[in-house]
Amino acid sequence: MKFTLSWLKEHLETDATIEHLVDTLTAIGLEVEGVENSGEKLAAFRIAKVLTAAPHPQADKLQVLLVDAGSGPVKVVCGAPNARAGLVGVFGAPGAVVPANGMVLKVAAIRGVESNGMMCSTRELELGDEHDGIIELPEDAPIGEPYAAWTGLDDPVFDVAITPNRQDCMGVRGIARDLAAAGIGTLKPLADVYRSGVGVVDGEGAAPDVATLDPEGCPAFYAQAVSGVSNGTSPEWMRRKLSAIGQKPISTLVDITNFVSIDLGRPLHVYDRAKLTGPLVARKATDGETVEALNGKSYTLDATMTVIADDAGVHDIGGIMGGAHSGVSETTKDVLIECAYFTPECIARTGQKLGLTSDARQRFERGVDPAFLEDGLAIATRLVLDHCGGTPSAITRAGTPPLTPKVIAYDPKLCGRLGGVDIAARAQEEILTRLGFVVGNDWSVTVPSWRRDVDGAADLVEEVVRISGLDHVVSTPLPRADGVAKPTATPAQKVERKVRRAAAARGLNETITWSFLPEKAADAFGGGSWTLANPISEDMKVMRPSMLPGLLAAAQRNADRGAESIRLFELGREYHAESEPLTVGVVLAGERASRGWANGKAQAFDAFDAKAEALALLDAAGAPVENLQVMSDAGAHYHPGQSGTLRLGPKTVLARFGMLHPATAKAFDLDGPVAVAEILLDAIPAKRGSGPMRSAYAPPPLQAVRRDFAFLVPDTLASDALVRAVKGADKTVISAARLFDLFAGQGVPEGHKSLAIEVTLQPAEKSFTEDELKALAAKIVAAAGKLGATLRG
Amino acid sequence: MTEDDILRQIETAANLDALEAVRIALLGKAGSISALLKTLGSMTPEQRQAEGPRINGLRIAATDAIAARKAALEGAALDARLANERIDMTLPAPQAPRGSIHPVSQVMDELAEIFADMGFAVATGPEIEDDWHNFSALNIPETHPARAMHDTFYFPDQMGVHGKKMLLRTHTSPVQIRTMTSQKPPIRIIAPGRVYRSDSDATHTPMFHQIEGLVIDKGIHLGHLKWTLETFLKAFFERDDVVLRLRPSYFPFTEPSVEVDVGYTIENGKRVIGGSDGWMEVLGSGMVHPRVLEACGLDPTEWSGFAFGTGVDRLAMLKYGMDDLRAFFDGDLRWLRHYGFAALDVPTLSGGVSA
Repeated sequence: MKFTLSWLKEHLETDATIEHLVDTLTAIGLEVEGVENSGEKLAAFRIAKVLTAAPHPQADKLQVLLVDAGSGPVKVVCGAPNARAGLVGVFGAPGAVVPANGMVLKVAAIRGVESNGMMCSTRELELGDEHDGIIELPEDAPIGEPYAAWTGLDDPVFDVAITPNRQDCMGVRGIARDLAAAGIGTLKPLADVYRSGVGVVDGEGAAPDVATLDPEGCPAFYAQAVSGVSNGTSPEWMRRKLSAIGQKPISTLVDITNFVSIDLGRPLHVYDRAKLTGPLVARKATDGETVEALNGKSYTLDATMTVIADDAGVHDIGGIMGGAHSGVSETTKDVLIECAYFTPECIARTGQKLGLTSDARQRFERGVDPAFLEDGLAIATRLVLDHCGGTPSAITRAGTPPLTPKVIAYDPKLCGRLGGVDIAARAQEEILTRLGFVVGNDWSVTVPSWRRDVDGAADLVEEVVRISGLDHVVSTPLPRADGVAKPTATPAQKVERKVRRAAAARGLNETITWSFLPEKAADAFGGGSWTLANPISEDMKVMRPSMLPGLLAAAQRNADRGAESIRLFELGREYHAESEPLTVGVVLAGERASRGWANGKAQAFDAFDAKAEALALLDAAGAPVENLQVMSDAGAHYHPGQSGTLRLGPKTVLARFGMLHPATAKAFDLDGPVAVAEILLDAIPAKRGSGPMRSAYAPPPLQAVRRDFAFLVPDTLASDALVRAVKGADKTVISAARLFDLFAGQGVPEGHKSLAIEVTLQPAEKSFTEDELKALAAKIVAAAGKLGATLRG
Repeated sequence: MTEDDILRQIETAANLDALEAVRIALLGKAGSISALLKTLGSMTPEQRQAEGPRINGLRIAATDAIAARKAALEGAALDARLANERIDMTLPAPQAPRGSIHPVSQVMDELAEIFADMGFAVATGPEIEDDWHNFSALNIPETHPARAMHDTFYFPDQMGVHGKKMLLRTHTSPVQIRTMTSQKPPIRIIAPGRVYRSDSDATHTPMFHQIEGLVIDKGIHLGHLKWTLETFLKAFFERDDVVLRLRPSYFPFTEPSVEVDVGYTIENGKRVIGGSDGWMEVLGSGMVHPRVLEACGLDPTEWSGFAFGTGVDRLAMLKYGMDDLRAFFDGDLRWLRHYGFAALDVPTLSGGVSA
């Protein structure tokens, strides 16, 4: 919402400084986003008179002027065709900066003649596009005075952010009322502001034939006609106000509606009666009905939308935008002025459906003052009569605006209880009264008709506190529990933190990638369950079904930037049809180790790097990694022969790992092998809380014995199965079994491989005898034998 | 052979082999000193008394000298071997990859630490929300102009769950509702997480992170809100000169609503929190709206509370000096290494929450 200082002062009697106004506006909740004074950059330009004009001796198109800008004649070279003796214009002396191009004026010789400044055009001062000649001012303009101040440009423009609850402040008067309540001045009576009067205009002749057939969407439709108007250029003061805030003056009738909307927050619409056929009614549109709006676009309506229509069709999307057909033009003679009340909820729904915003919608949607229809129409009619002439008709008042006042039972003590600041009841009453509330003896508070946003006691606390000043609220510590602060993290949060930091400690870089993916990327991972109806772009459309696509895209960008070794992880949510499981994605691409003097050539990542990350992060998350089984079926985006799942029991998958399928890598433009892992944190069973106490333990007194066993097995046998069988051969004595060699080739029969396992045997009370060791070895060989393994000779 | 001759022979042995030859020649079975020792048996007691100590002395001197020479030769051999084993120690050692924590995670850990000290637990909620939790329960009906402020991402109607329209949550405030409907006051929680708005430029991304705070108790008022935010910002920025400015504002789910500006000063051309040369909007907050309390089944005459929300990414930018939000979500390793944090930079109260 923009307005100028002089505009504000039309409503507010005040001598507050700009700074004071800015601070107060912000302090009462009308946040000032900026104050711009376009006059400031014109400060150096003064009104000057051309005393004489003579041809330039060296150039046909130039003249040498003698100019008086209040301090005696100076010589100025000028190329403007309209420069002549006696012209009063705008002069920039040396040192002045030309707003349009930033040029600093200085004394300079132009084709051999000294020039001491410049007579300016409209465009040079950024006041318009005119550049055919220099500015011409009335002859009586005061020579030597600053131009901006004389012309009224020296008028700061305030830009204030109005929160959606404050419809009343979408008019300059509402802002003035709030400032007056805050003690910044006095609100002038409306009759003083509109000097031609605010009372109802009693016209002659038939009142316009209008009606509302849609009391839900348009409960009240007031109208007055004026015949015999001439729609020319609006008065200088109105054009200047509108231009100053960036509204382009169009014609007197249009400018009047814009002016009243900004000045009083009261939107109006003016129809050209010549373009209407029959009575004008507010009604619901019919499905599929269309209207061409003033913005030149055509809109298709439905039966929930309120329109203003005549026998020929729709002329107005009620309260949102007028139609192109019946708008006024310079030839308009007879007009109908509409001052209606549209129901905010209906306006909001229609506006949302049509995707159409306008100044009128903004105001009606927030709820205009339902008690201001009569005055609004009177002011509009008077402005039309004043500036367009014509004869007014009688008034039609169709329907009734919702005028039931809201009354709130208020306890002034609530201000302290909720607002944290104790303000005397009398002071609270004064604030509320200044804002237009009526405070009854029993503290029943009647809300003014223009404050639709206020409907409870908490709202009144806000009114009192914001006007008295939030800086009076004293910081009050929250009560603190005794002792050292208690831990607050949930088990899941602790897992998240540990995993994240474990991953970083292992050399992985944490990233955060978008939750949404291009459809193609999601499809490469089986497709997403959630696709946005209104994505910001095609690249951000489908909620990620997996952590990997975002990471792969990030890896690809890094590879394109020349990164040699890429280790990325992200801990975040996947978006499934029924849940948002917390998952870690790991992508390893490029070089695991770069070429080096000690290790030779660079090495690529392999599936075991992914397995190592998966196990390490599961371990950090507290998963029982010792008990996990490696199984297949990692998924279609994995290399079918170099991938696996880590499962707790046969069904619960805790992680997937392996080499990325080459086709998937190609879909993400990644060259070379890529190892990936996914750790499904939500699948890890919660650890039972057992307190800080550990189970009892003393290191065994006797040293463990190690024995190696080499087995020949069919090469289809999973080594993990053999290790498990060996370890399970005697659960009390065998404390560990570790595979340390894999061999196939010479000496190993075709279709077989040799697996060597180091078994750790832990004696308890006394050392093993040779016989005991022999018996254990036999048990181990027997257990392995069940899997088809034979001890290698 | 005199003792001197013997000792010279030992000392001049050039290497361990030569020394061993000398030892055998002297002390071996057929060695010269062994031969002398054997003569003792055939001597008279008087002779033996005279010759015994001399011959034994000779044996001991030779044995000691051999041991000493052996040690010297072995030392020299080791020195020579070590001299041969010299390596250029300026060669690079094997490099372990350096991992990093994303600034958003780091800042969330910092916030959790600070708020834990004030008794706030961490709560979470879904990002794919229904419009009741995201809007209606927060006093934002369908036709409310505030819905337009939110630039919401919606899912198609047919994806509705239990007849509710589904969307990407536009703020972390639905977690307030989920908390108030699932646990009894008193409540003190923070709720960090991803939120989404259809907006994109250098300071707005369609996805970003927010943290929500909620306190519900008896007798809670705006003064408590002010203290909490002051205390939090001072701890977060680790400055005692953090100044807040409260401005009346509007959020449908709080009443009164307060926007919080924090003062900054310009140091080396960058905005630094602290002082009051200028003001920056950092938080939205207010007293929980009675209608929101009612929607969650709480009696507004019994309970009151405050809520606040702020951008985590923005807090990170203000504290650590990044100036482009989009880089947060690009995964550029160079950026991650520069702005990221070491694994062990865990924020703690004793060590300080800043890394």
